[in-house]
Amino acid sequence: MQVVETDLGEYILQLAHEPPSHIVAPAVHKSKEQVADLFVAAHGKPRLTDIPAMTREAREALREHFLTADMGVSGSNFVIAETGTTLTVTNEGNADMVTTLPRIHCVITGVEKVIGTLEDFATLIRLLPRSAIGQTIANYLTLTTGVKMPGDVDGPEQMHIVLVDAGRTKLVGSDLQEMLRCIRCGACMNHCPVYQNVGGHAYGWVYPGPMGSILTPVYVGLENAGDLPNAATFCGECAVACPVKIPLPDLMRKLREQQFDRKLRPWAERMAIAAWGFAVTRPGLYALLSGAGARIAKWMGGRDGLIHSLPGIDGWTKGRDMPAPEGKTFRELYRRRRDSAADGAR
Amino acid sequence: MGARENILARIRKAQGRPGVEPTEQERALVREAVARHEVGPQPPFAHAPDRLAQFRRECERLGTTHATVASDGGIPAEIARYLDEGGLERRLAGWHEFAGLDWDGAGIAFDDRPATSQDRTGLTGCFCAIAETGTTLLLSAPESPKLTALLPETHLCIVRAARLLDTMEDAFALLRREVGEPPRSVFFVSGPSRTADIEQTIVIGAHGPYRVHVVIVA
Repeated sequence: MQVVETDLGEYILQLAHEPPSHIVAPAVHKSKEQVADLFVAAHGKPRLTDIPAMTREAREALREHFLTADMGVSGSNFVIAETGTTLTVTNEGNADMVTTLPRIHCVITGVEKVIGTLEDFATLIRLLPRSAIGQTIANYLTLTTGVKMPGDVDGPEQMHIVLVDAGRTKLVGSDLQEMLRCIRCGACMNHCPVYQNVGGHAYGWVYPGPMGSILTPVYVGLENAGDLPNAATFCGECAVACPVKIPLPDLMRKLREQQFDRKLRPWAERMAIAAWGFAVTRPGLYALLSGAGARIAKWMGGRDGLIHSLPGIDGWTKGRDMPAPEGKTFRELYRRRRDSAADGAR
Repeated sequence: MGARENILARIRKAQGRPGVEPTEQERALVREAVARHEVGPQPPFAHAPDRLAQFRRECERLGTTHATVASDGGIPAEIARYLDEGGLERRLAGWHEFAGLDWDGAGIAFDDRPATSQDRTGLTGCFCAIAETGTTLLLSAPESPKLTALLPETHLCIVRAARLLDTMEDAFALLRREVGEPPRSVFFVSGPSRTADIEQTIVIGAHGPYRVHVVIVA
């Protein structure tokens, strides 16, 4: 069976045998030079590096497939319960070809995509293209309800819908339930400083960025994706950008808790967190220990006020020095200030 | 039990509902909620004071060109003008609805049939248009083939001003009123096909048309 990706970005990746690095712009990591090489190998035509000309070449190559394929396979951004409707959202028009030209149309989508009514779709489609690409609407929306009717000149004769669970229902009623609201717009990764630095492939699966840091551990198992919930600075930009208000940092924090509870983090890290947890819930003890720690760290800083090596976590100081603290804790400074203010008032 | 039953049972269990099948009361609540067709939040410009101006503005933002004619009789001349301006051939495949217009008089060869991949220009009407987003809505039916809007490099679309609505919700209400259940394909077109998949450079004309021209019949 020959399977051809029809979105230009996904087509490029299929030729390159690579996974996507972004859910909306899957080939964003490829340069036009790399794409040109792939097109020469696949199409056997003179090498083009003008992007509109390259796009036309791919259009012509893929048009043949649209016209001759026996089956079109699409996803469905939402599934409308009211009318039994599946639908596609694209700017290229590829999904509209895929769902119209071949004799058989097969839809594969997740069970969480089900929404109530056409009006619910109208609400959600105001959010999706705006958050994904900054357009008020995507160029093409096709709502598909059933097969070709008598007299219709286009449309498939058969339609099959496959609703996939694959871990989604595990989220219902769990700490992570809010993740089921995700509409796959990619806004969280577009605003994520970690994603911007490491790129989509570093996340190791189809969903990169903050949404991937939650979905991947859920779908492949927290034990297989343990670094992802920790690949965050918790700057909170993703939660601000999310059009469906998923509290992404909170959900990552819940996954970190699960890692701790299920003993999935290294022993030393768990001990350190447990010790910190013990101390921080006892204010007197915490003041004593942090006060001692601040003084020791000041002493370690020596005359230049820089710590050159931290015992046990020397990875941190391998390529840089750590500025030593001033020797007093925040609480000590705060108490002194409060007391002097009270003296002044008296 | 099949996968479907397992999945539904898992959801019921996680939601703390007893049994594996929804109760009659639960079904009734769902039916009632659906029947309300509750409209969600809409942006302020969704109900613009000048609907036609809003439609034109949104068309322009998406790269759709537009022209306005006074009556159906003015359509062929406007299309001849558009085709000439773009250096395009005076030939098109169009919906049957427009076969009766005086195409010969405008010097245009009108093929009364669905467009194929060989056709350069396709002419369609629309069920209605949406001002909020500069969108035309095409419903599948024997005499309104969708591919005429999709396969040729140029898509011409006739919009009757009386069929211009504010929002997608209004379009769905009209669909329920005039058609009932949605037909096989409910196709929203908002401007020419585009992609930015190579180096995030926007290119017009990915798989669908390079040009969309809307002729508004006042």
